[in-house]
Amino acid sequence: MTHSANHTNELVHEDGHHDLEELRKFGFWLFLITDCILFSVLFATFVVLREGTAGGPGPKDIIEMPGVIAETFILLTSSFTSGLAVLSLNKGSRQGLIGWLAVTILLGACFIGLEMSELLALISEGHTIRTSAFLSGFFTLVATHGLHVSVGFFWILAIILQLSRHGITPVTTRKVQITSLYWHFLDAVWIFVFSVVYLMGVM
Amino acid sequence: MLDNLKDFASWFFVTGDPLIYGADVSIVMTVIAILFVLTFFKKWGWLWREWLTTVDHKRVGIMYIISALLMLFRGGFDALMLRTQLAYPDMKFLSPEHYNQVFTTHGTIMILFMAMPLMFGLFNIAVPLQLGARDVAFPFLNALSFWLFFFGAMLFNMSFVIGGSADAGWLSYPPLSEMTGSPGVGEDFYIWGVQISGIGSLMTGINFIATIVKMRAPGMTWSKMPMFTWSVLASCIAIIIAFPVLTVTLALLFVDRYLGAHFFTMDGGGNSMMYVNLIWMWGHPEVYIVVLPAFGIYSEVVATFSKKRLFGYASMVFAMMAISVVSYYTWLHHFFTMGSGADVNTFFAISTMIIAIPTGVKIFNWLFTMYRGRISFPTPMMWTIAFIPCFVLGGMTGVMLSVAPADFQFHNNYFLIAHFHQVLIGGVAFGYFAGLFYWWPKMFGFKLNETIGKWAFWIWNIGFYVCFMPQYVVGLDGMTRRISTYGWDTGWWGLNFTSTIGGFLMGLGFLFTVWQIAHSIRFMEKDTTGDPWGGRTLEWSIPSPAPIYNFAITPVVTERDEWWEEKQRNAAGKASKKQQPLSPIHMPKNSALPFIQAVCWFTAGFGLVFHWLWLAIPGLLGVAATLLAHSFNYDTDYYIPVDEIQRTEAEARRTV
Repeated sequence: MTHSANHTNELVHEDGHHDLEELRKFGFWLFLITDCILFSVLFATFVVLREGTAGGPGPKDIIEMPGVIAETFILLTSSFTSGLAVLSLNKGSRQGLIGWLAVTILLGACFIGLEMSELLALISEGHTIRTSAFLSGFFTLVATHGLHVSVGFFWILAIILQLSRHGITPVTTRKVQITSLYWHFLDAVWIFVFSVVYLMGVM
Repeated sequence: MLDNLKDFASWFFVTGDPLIYGADVSIVMTVIAILFVLTFFKKWGWLWREWLTTVDHKRVGIMYIISALLMLFRGGFDALMLRTQLAYPDMKFLSPEHYNQVFTTHGTIMILFMAMPLMFGLFNIAVPLQLGARDVAFPFLNALSFWLFFFGAMLFNMSFVIGGSADAGWLSYPPLSEMTGSPGVGEDFYIWGVQISGIGSLMTGINFIATIVKMRAPGMTWSKMPMFTWSVLASCIAIIIAFPVLTVTLALLFVDRYLGAHFFTMDGGGNSMMYVNLIWMWGHPEVYIVVLPAFGIYSEVVATFSKKRLFGYASMVFAMMAISVVSYYTWLHHFFTMGSGADVNTFFAISTMIIAIPTGVKIFNWLFTMYRGRISFPTPMMWTIAFIPCFVLGGMTGVMLSVAPADFQFHNNYFLIAHFHQVLIGGVAFGYFAGLFYWWPKMFGFKLNETIGKWAFWIWNIGFYVCFMPQYVVGLDGMTRRISTYGWDTGWWGLNFTSTIGGFLMGLGFLFTVWQIAHSIRFMEKDTTGDPWGGRTLEWSIPSPAPIYNFAITPVVTERDEWWEEKQRNAAGKASKKQQPLSPIHMPKNSALPFIQAVCWFTAGFGLVFHWLWLAIPGLLGVAATLLAHSFNYDTDYYIPVDEIQRTEAEARRTV
């Protein structure tokens, strides 16, 4: 397998036409643009509807900052470990790579767990997506981010399995680089969620 | 038990309308006929291997085009039903509810399931060939895009006989499209049909940008790229920026309907104008998404049939890119009447007027290309020439509509209807017809009959003006859109009746087009040259239909209109091309996963329409499983050996 992938790469280089793996990375950057716009629309919707509490709770009434700060630190750390994974990749250390990727998604899982418990607590208090436009926007934005992180969890898990099977090849290298981009992107989105939804909410 | 089943069936299937029963019978008969033909001629394996699992851009393109023509038939049939209902005052042909369903379906199908796939079909056929590439950047993704479109369209079309159609207009404005206004499943069919095919469109946008940016033949700098490819780039940039907005908007509407959220509701702090803003932030770029490639086609056709280089290449590129950007700043002109104040309305009025300028630049470019050219008039050129006056008129009425104070009079009446049909038919449909007839020999290896094609052209065109010119007048007389009937006292009868005659003439034009295609298949006029029109760009340098790998040797580009220049060099005996040796060609393998994944999406969508989680969840799990299966599959490509390339090229009567 390793051989055939390398062979592919060389041949394409000889062709002078394009490098397949570079092409795929470029395509992924384009996808990130679309994902960025997807989140922008959700942010815009949230901001427009923020005042629409319909007599229900407002941001100040429902936000518990300690939990959110914990989530933030966990996700930021996972972005750092994802960077360490890429450093291991560049050094060619398969074990280091797999190890750091595993740490990254475990931190991601902790983040999801905390976020789920935060949202479930709100629901159990009777503050649901049906309560008001503000809460509709809040749940949808936060859950869309959470869904992205969950997808990232399974995606990176799949790549860990592939790394253990195929080792570091041009194909797996590209896959790690792409998921790393994705993970950093979600981290950046979270910074905005943290600022716009939570910080501006309690201020 | 039997009663329960009967209850379920009477709710699940649409009943009680003779037209629908007629449709039921014809659908069942067609399905039986298709199954019979496939089985009788033992074509199942062929269908699966050659088409359903293909990742070849040329075949994906053909499947897009066939689907689009079928959808054109359905959307056109809907249009004729609408026109029949409006032919006389107090007509009883369609009930008001049925009329609402038909105009909703007509609009949705024509834009999303006819114009979009026809456009993607032409992208697929022409772009890789114009670039000198072996395929698109991501062939697997390309097949997936097609199947998502196809099953999205099927989901939407099913609502016609199962569950009931959407009836809140082609953009499904809330609060009418909320549960309170539309408690049935029609809106959910709309949401998921459009959503699933929209994801496919988004991926096509990404795919073609990557293809154009990264896969141009050696030597093809930006300023040597064919104009159609430029227009595809402009259109795809608009796609990747606009379509995520659609995805979110539809998702939020579904969350409102399914989970009871309050984004667009009248109560709970929701804001239904938020939806209208969001959907037009997608919807306005969308009309430019469909018209830009048509501009590209006109540019290719006009240069080819004037035997001249396109006039004003740089200004054309600039105009397209400008349109692609400015189109995001005009969305509010669809609802000046929202009451957002003079400042906001002024901004959008001016941006709308500004976007007419690059379009005007292009018109002059096409005219100057024809000026002193050696013009010939085959059907693609006829459609192009017919487009120019038609689009100028449609564009001028658009500028009238952009005057915000005047728009309070035009808003939602037949003046507007006539305007957008004129730019969408006269601009988009004419362009795609021109493109379809232009690239037809490249797709199938034979030309279409010109005589019948010209009959079709004239009937279509006369029908168009007879249909839509009266609508401008009846709109100024005060006839509003989406009304299912009117009284004798309105004085609108004569104009409406004329318009209906025009509509049926266009239907006749469609029949002539079908006859043209059928006749041309029967008496096939083979294109043995690969270059039947005296083309200018690289797609005409290879045999028709193009071999699976497109180019045996990757072409090296030195000039704009490389193939035309190459022919000039050859004629002057200055051919400097050293024959490069053949080498094995790297190709992607066919895959069943795109088809299977789209079926899973369809299943999930169908489950979500009926709020059946027992069906939706397995569908979504199927989607996840196919994604993983693709990720774990490392055996995705193969090489075509040199002797096979030589054989294929020799069969195409070209020595290598």
